[in-house]
Amino acid sequence: MTPLPSSFHLRRFFPAAALAASFLFSPGQANAMKIQSVKSPGGIEAWLVEEHALPLMTMQFGFKGGASQDPDGKPGVANFISAMLDEGAGDIKSEAFQEQVEALAAKMRFEASRDGFTGTLQTLTVNRDKAASLLGLALSKPRFDAEAADRIRGQLLASIQFESKEPEKVCEKAWFSTAYPGHPYGRPTHGTAESMAAIVPADLEAYRSRVFARDNLKVAVVGDIDAASLAALLDQVFGGLPAKAHLTAVATVEPKAGPTQTLIEMDIPQSVATFGQAGMMRKDPDFIPAFILNYIIGGGSFASRLMEEVREKRGLAYSVYSYLDPMQRSAVYMGGVATKTDGMDKSLEVIRSVLTNVASEGPSEQELAEAKQYLTGSYALNFTSSSAISGQLLGLQMQDLPIDYVETRNSKVSAVGIEDIRRVAKKLLRPEQLIVTVVGKSSKPGLAQN
Amino acid sequence: MPSNRFLATATALLLMTATASLSAKTAQAATGPRAVQYVLDNGMTVVVIPDHRAPVVQHMVWYRVGSSDEERGKSGIAHFLEHLMFKGTEKLGPGQFSKIIATNGGQDNAFTSNDSTAFFQAVAKDRLELVMGMEADRMVNLKLDVKQVETERKVILEERRSRVENDPGAQLDEQMRATMYQNHPYHMPVIGWFHEMATLDREDAFKYYHRYYAPNNAILVVAGDVEAEDVLKLAKASYGKLPANPAALRNPRPAEPPSVAARRVEMVDERAGQATLVRQYLAPCYAKAKPREAEALDLLLKILGGGSTSRLYKALVVDQKVASSIEGGYSGEALDSGRIGLYGVAADGVKLADLETAMDKVINDVAKNGVTAKELELARNQYMASYIYESDGIGALARRYGWGLVNGQSIADIEQWPERLKSVTADDIKAAAAYLTPKASVTGWLQSPADAAPAKKS
Repeated sequence: MTPLPSSFHLRRFFPAAALAASFLFSPGQANAMKIQSVKSPGGIEAWLVEEHALPLMTMQFGFKGGASQDPDGKPGVANFISAMLDEGAGDIKSEAFQEQVEALAAKMRFEASRDGFTGTLQTLTVNRDKAASLLGLALSKPRFDAEAADRIRGQLLASIQFESKEPEKVCEKAWFSTAYPGHPYGRPTHGTAESMAAIVPADLEAYRSRVFARDNLKVAVVGDIDAASLAALLDQVFGGLPAKAHLTAVATVEPKAGPTQTLIEMDIPQSVATFGQAGMMRKDPDFIPAFILNYIIGGGSFASRLMEEVREKRGLAYSVYSYLDPMQRSAVYMGGVATKTDGMDKSLEVIRSVLTNVASEGPSEQELAEAKQYLTGSYALNFTSSSAISGQLLGLQMQDLPIDYVETRNSKVSAVGIEDIRRVAKKLLRPEQLIVTVVGKSSKPGLAQN
Repeated sequence: MPSNRFLATATALLLMTATASLSAKTAQAATGPRAVQYVLDNGMTVVVIPDHRAPVVQHMVWYRVGSSDEERGKSGIAHFLEHLMFKGTEKLGPGQFSKIIATNGGQDNAFTSNDSTAFFQAVAKDRLELVMGMEADRMVNLKLDVKQVETERKVILEERRSRVENDPGAQLDEQMRATMYQNHPYHMPVIGWFHEMATLDREDAFKYYHRYYAPNNAILVVAGDVEAEDVLKLAKASYGKLPANPAALRNPRPAEPPSVAARRVEMVDERAGQATLVRQYLAPCYAKAKPREAEALDLLLKILGGGSTSRLYKALVVDQKVASSIEGGYSGEALDSGRIGLYGVAADGVKLADLETAMDKVINDVAKNGVTAKELELARNQYMASYIYESDGIGALARRYGWGLVNGQSIADIEQWPERLKSVTADDIKAAAAYLTPKASVTGWLQSPADAAPAKKS
């Protein structure tokens, strides 16, 4: 029940990437919440928050690697697997497998991002063991039947075709291929029409047996389960996986430095731009100041500089934002804006001048104080449902952060002083080196465009 | 393999039994009554859903007015006003509302639909009083500067470009809605038509605001770490001080005439991607449906188009391979009318006409022969579970009650939904399938010029 109405309009819209970047961070005053470290007899670790108010359990897990582990010349393998894991496992063929999941009213989802292959299992307590068995089977013995693979391939090819017409997707893809030529981060995570046609079930199995392993696994569980039951469940789900992953080394690199600006022509009334530069690795001691700095510049509030200058003062855009994306082997600081064709030059000029101003003068004391108030005060809002909490706990583990991070995060934010943030602003921001990709029509019709 | 399939089916039935027994137990924990309702002296409805798992609250004010209450020629004013509500009051400067929420560690936003407009904040529980004071203030004290109105109008035009003009799928949906509703204002897009949005001004916004924004036309929903009586006390001290406006209630909307003809919308666009088929049918909404009818529609659409075990997916994607994907759903959360929607993407090289023929065959079969008891049980169990999943989180809880109430349901209606699902029979489903009738349908095609070109004769 309670579906969203077929059309409704939020006042503010941020793309998924922006939300994903901030989710890694939302800490909080979730004082009451106790995170336990659970180790199974077979040696598998998980973080657990017990919550018995509702008879359900949410488990989120991730294998490091993701699309960056796709074999050379075959981008899209990890994404393909994410759509194939519920298409049959062991002796259970596709349709029967899905019927069993549905009969349990369980939810099983998988997703491949650049650096991680993640999954979620939500189940009611009474069906927990059966749902866990199915997940265990899906991860250790997926069938990858040719019939199912061809059907799913058709769906993935259709999405690639749709994405090739979606301005934001085209723009971001072009940005990454410009910033990371020849590196796995520059490849399309969903693959290409050509690569998808070339991937065979053996490629899926080869990836799975290399990446899905116990030493490469992070697990977060929230809900109606105690530590002892979880310990047994972990072996049930993940015990069938090999002990060690065999990951291909991914080089640590900086994104290319701009300035470059590329226009990809598309006949649309509103142009879309992605802008970005080198960011800050999660392990960098300056990451927290950079995180606060991003909030001030364009990280998700109406009070941000970009929102104020581009939207509130000038009405140039509905959506303008920035975010830090700390990946495993590189880091970017990027953002986006969408504006009518002849508003793009002005929007980019305003964005550059905001970045230049913050780089040279830094934020004001008041901006820093307000950012800290928001970021510390709102941390608890990231822990208000089982999925939200397990998402947080998995995110922290995928970034190799310690289990007490939730307790210490706010004091780390509070400790950042104006000198720190001004220093980091100077160090981080490179408005003269932005890589910019634009999708839309030329704002100077008649001029030749590449 | 037939033997495999048989085994799988047997297992599935066993598992279902387990789920059914759980539902009874869970009904106590998750689906029992939990919301408390009051009405203030000025007529404002107050609903509190205590949930003590985290020290935070979700605060929402829902106005019983939306885009379908707009004056003709002023489409988009409901949504425009929603944006302008952040531009300040006698007490607060422009943008201060959101800034104060943020510096108090809170998050705020708002949305507009056909039937309602809602403003909401998530904050630590000790900031609830502050938030209620501010929300009550802007219910009656909005201040608008002409220049800011002009700037914000550019923002909503950009919003429309993002959401609609840049997305042929959204354009098709807009065209289909305009085609389906011939007299009821549901034919208008919530965000408005571009050319009318471009003319909206401060006076239009104030006219709408003064007409509709009043405590007796609003519902307060608070979910989270609070006690009902404490919220009532705070509500009396804030919203309770505002005068009622008896003229604020909306007028009934013009009703639809009977549908007598199947309608078609065919869109050809370079940006179409793989050819897409959309089919919509008029259907009653929860608030207007006969007993069990809307619940039966939810279940019917789950069976017909919910996921990869659905009738349509199995027939068109797995067996006949004419679609690369297909799904459907029933949207019944509205004041006057609901919609059934089916959405299919043609398999590579398949013509939309052929996909449509295949889809109609499946629809006709369900309409004629109904569904099996097994299908019904599976769908029912999944919805029962989804009610529990959705009870996990104060944002989802507040929205569930807000949507229901603002669309004419009572607290009891909302909380007894799982119970009503249990009472739906296969006959109810068959009766509901009568809504899948061509004369109450709109069919939409979206395809590229290449796909739309007539096939070459060989």
